[in-house]
Amino acid sequence: MTIKTAIVAAGFAVTATLGAAQDLDLSGKTVDYVIPFSESGGSAKWANFYAPLISEALPGNPTVVVKYMPGAGSTKGANWFQAQTWEDTEGTVIFGTSGSTQFPYLLGDPRVRYEYSDWNVVLASGTGGVAYLPPAMAEKLDGLDASGLAGEDFIWGSQGATRLDLVPLLAWKMLGMNVEPVFGIKGRGDGRLMFERGEANVDYQTSSAYLANVTPLVENGSAVPWMTWGALDDNGDIVRDPTFPDIPTFKEVCEATEGCKTSGEAWDAWKAFMIAGFPAQKMIFLPKGSPDWAVDAYTEALNKVLARDDFAEISEARLGVYPQMTGKGAKNTLKLGTRVPAEAKAFVVDWLQEDYGVTLK
Amino acid sequence: MDLIATALPALQEAFALILQPEQLLYLTFGVLLGLSVGVFPGLGGIAGLSLVLPFIFGMDPVSGLALMVGLVAVVPTSDTFASVLMGIPGSSASQATVLDGFPLARKGEAARALAAAFISSLFGGLLGATILTFFILIARPLVLAFALPEMLAVTLLGLAMVAILAGRIALKGVAAACLGLLVGTIGEAGHGGSLRMVPESWMFAATGSTTFESYQYLADGIKLVIVGLGIFAIPEIISLLRQNQAIARGAQLGAGWAQGLRDWWANIWLSVRCSAIGVIVGVIPGLGGSVVDWIAYGHTVQTAKDRSKFGSGDIRGVIGPESSNNAKEGGGLVPTLIFGIPGSGSMAVFIGGLALLGYEAGPQLVQNNLDITYTVVWSLALANVLGAGLCIGLSGPIARLTTIRFTLLAPFLFMMIAFAAFQSRQSLGDLVALFAVGLLGIFLRRFDWSRPAFLIGFVLSTQAENFSANANQIAGFKFKQGWAEGLGYVATPIVIVIVLLTVVSIYFGIRQSKQIRSEGDVATGAKRAPLIFLLAILAYVATAWVNAFSINMISDKIFPLAVASVGLLALVALLVRMMMAGEGDEIFADREASGEDAEAPHSLWGTLAWFGALLLLTSVLGFVLALALFMVAFFRLRAGLNWVWSLGLTAAGIAFICFLAGMLNRDFPPGLLQNYVNLPWPLT
Repeated sequence: MTIKTAIVAAGFAVTATLGAAQDLDLSGKTVDYVIPFSESGGSAKWANFYAPLISEALPGNPTVVVKYMPGAGSTKGANWFQAQTWEDTEGTVIFGTSGSTQFPYLLGDPRVRYEYSDWNVVLASGTGGVAYLPPAMAEKLDGLDASGLAGEDFIWGSQGATRLDLVPLLAWKMLGMNVEPVFGIKGRGDGRLMFERGEANVDYQTSSAYLANVTPLVENGSAVPWMTWGALDDNGDIVRDPTFPDIPTFKEVCEATEGCKTSGEAWDAWKAFMIAGFPAQKMIFLPKGSPDWAVDAYTEALNKVLARDDFAEISEARLGVYPQMTGKGAKNTLKLGTRVPAEAKAFVVDWLQEDYGVTLK
Repeated sequence: MDLIATALPALQEAFALILQPEQLLYLTFGVLLGLSVGVFPGLGGIAGLSLVLPFIFGMDPVSGLALMVGLVAVVPTSDTFASVLMGIPGSSASQATVLDGFPLARKGEAARALAAAFISSLFGGLLGATILTFFILIARPLVLAFALPEMLAVTLLGLAMVAILAGRIALKGVAAACLGLLVGTIGEAGHGGSLRMVPESWMFAATGSTTFESYQYLADGIKLVIVGLGIFAIPEIISLLRQNQAIARGAQLGAGWAQGLRDWWANIWLSVRCSAIGVIVGVIPGLGGSVVDWIAYGHTVQTAKDRSKFGSGDIRGVIGPESSNNAKEGGGLVPTLIFGIPGSGSMAVFIGGLALLGYEAGPQLVQNNLDITYTVVWSLALANVLGAGLCIGLSGPIARLTTIRFTLLAPFLFMMIAFAAFQSRQSLGDLVALFAVGLLGIFLRRFDWSRPAFLIGFVLSTQAENFSANANQIAGFKFKQGWAEGLGYVATPIVIVIVLLTVVSIYFGIRQSKQIRSEGDVATGAKRAPLIFLLAILAYVATAWVNAFSINMISDKIFPLAVASVGLLALVALLVRMMMAGEGDEIFADREASGEDAEAPHSLWGTLAWFGALLLLTSVLGFVLALALFMVAFFRLRAGLNWVWSLGLTAAGIAFICFLAGMLNRDFPPGLLQNYVNLPWPLT
């Protein structure tokens, strides 16, 4: 062998290894799409929507299976994912989180052993929420001004003060309403049923549940839409929810109601947790240590999914008309959804302790 | 008339939609899948549905529905196999079937019990589908009439069934039920999230430490699968294994499947009543299937003239619960379809599947897509016919399993049980919990403490706590508005009727329970062993009381505190009676004193050690390697087979479990070994 051929051969070898390292090829492999929830929740619906689409779009068309790892309010699965590395998984493990994973993280729950900044976000999916009232209560509203509700007694079915329900709970408080939460219901559907039975007299639902189950109530006159939590524009400001352009946002209602301020620590806390819970509700991650080219390959695959001709049609019923973000957009959303000013966090922790006796040591 | 005018055209349309070759094929496929999955305890509809979900997307809606409904509809049919043949409650819907079904199998009448169960299931399923057809259009106000006080009342009615299943000594039944309720409160409280019977310090332990893992495990509470397997299956399997016989005593088969069909016909009205119970309880959202079989069983016993055979193999004890549990699926579709609220875990997955087909469950579905709704109903009816027909055909051959020497079956059962238990949380903790609960089950059985009472308490614990707390909170709110408002909320006609029923059930239950040996006759023996067990239970209940007392939040402490107080009273009363009574009193019931268990050739501990060894090996080597070692050793040493048979059976067992896990996309429990070495699936 001459020196020249040796160099050429070595050159080929180097390119070959480099090439291998830069192409994600998952053919013949199985990708575990792990979600820290059970088969029956909203995250399962979301994951099962994306799994077959991702499978089609990834290089090598691997089988993508949704794996459920419920426990300890999703902290168990997230702690497990924190221990995963790129070297061990090489693109065959992705992780789907939801607001329930972010809230304990934001509130400093002692069970949280995971760190969002270690992970690599490849998709962020948003949603929205709509609050509604019985007609008798809606009559007490004066346009946007909700001061008329201040003297009333409200009862509301809630899954727990440290969950997504923290956002509406804080909103009721900021509007000066006297709401008694009935904790311990299993899902938001049960809360809606309590409203329908007249046991509860205020409620909210996430967008897809509102469209399917509250719209008929609105049509037959037993419920009146009140406000949405809003959506985020590119500057991070709250604007009207694109799915419900005719319903005012909480921000508008708050501005019009005496005693409710859209600045200060209560507002900052509400906004931070609202973003974590709704516009930045669900995300897909690659484990820590994932090389950029792998993140890019996944991002590209998800872009392909979002660019499908039929995506708008098939996703409308499942996900609502909300931004599905990849790349920079997803990274920004991750930042917004996982960072809360220290004062805002302190405010929420104190308020939960004072009003509900909930302690987060 | 309006009703019929709306329903009929849609029904016809649905009929035309479903009776296409392609749709029927999918339906059949769903039924076959549901039957196969339903046979395995603890897997059930959720596992089956999750298996088909990836393929649902993009399917033609009617085919997709046929597939999913076919699968869900037959799970409560095929889970009867495990209940009757092995004494393993296949799912929460067939717990009560075990009480009489398994004794029938032991008499050699497994085929009769199975056939009676399947024909009852079929009838219940069809009745459920028929009622669903018309009810779905008018059910809304009726379902809305069931508010929290009504649901609490139904839960109490379920708990009242403890009275009839309490056994010879009512106090023991009460104590067992309290223990079940307390075990159900372990973990984070539903209201405020306080930890119960889990030390708070565990929460702060380092990640990966046993302490933190235990915290994570216990914080979520113990799952029904584990309790069902531990309380019923393990004690029976260990007991059979000790006796080294076949399940059917003397390996003789008695009455066959034709007798089972005749039995059902002779009790047709019982079947009608229990199906109606199934539909009604199924319709109420939030209750799920957990109470329905117990209420049906209680009803069966209370309305029977001769009660002496219940618990030792009365065919009516099979017909009642089985008629109700398939009917419940029809009823359960009402809240699922018209409110979008799942009545059970599998219904929740079903809603997810509907969404993948482009339909959102809710009032709009029934209003705008009545034909689709009726496709569901038709699929349900057809699936029941298909499933039950297949199962009746199979019941004769499958009943032969009961004549095989049990020592040859046991390793496969241990394999299935350990695998099923692990699916509950996919943690080694599942196996530890299974062993612990199994031990409790063995002692409850040995000292004749009512296991059904324990299970009813456990199953209803969360509901009883949540409904009572929530109803109490809302009632307080309504009473603040005025007495009339408050009373109108709490004392509705439905509540009053159910509460009356409950009182009557308890009264007659206590009077009759002495005649009903839900678990056969038990000999009495020396004082020491029963006393030690009583003291152990007392110690646990006392600890639970202290633990509940130390919780700050009223909402989280009141329920366990109240239950533990009642339990303590019952236990102390029992203790006093034990001190007063002489040896040979029925309070000192002990299966080790005389009878089948006492005369068994193998000891309890030696037999249990085999199962313990499997679990221990698993924690070191991982499940598949441990299982291989365990099975070879068991077949060689305990069953005395030669090497060829031992290795052959082991290979068959391992191949089967790997196939199952591969199909269902499930993992096996890993051990210490897997921490250090990367092994390929299925050894991971």
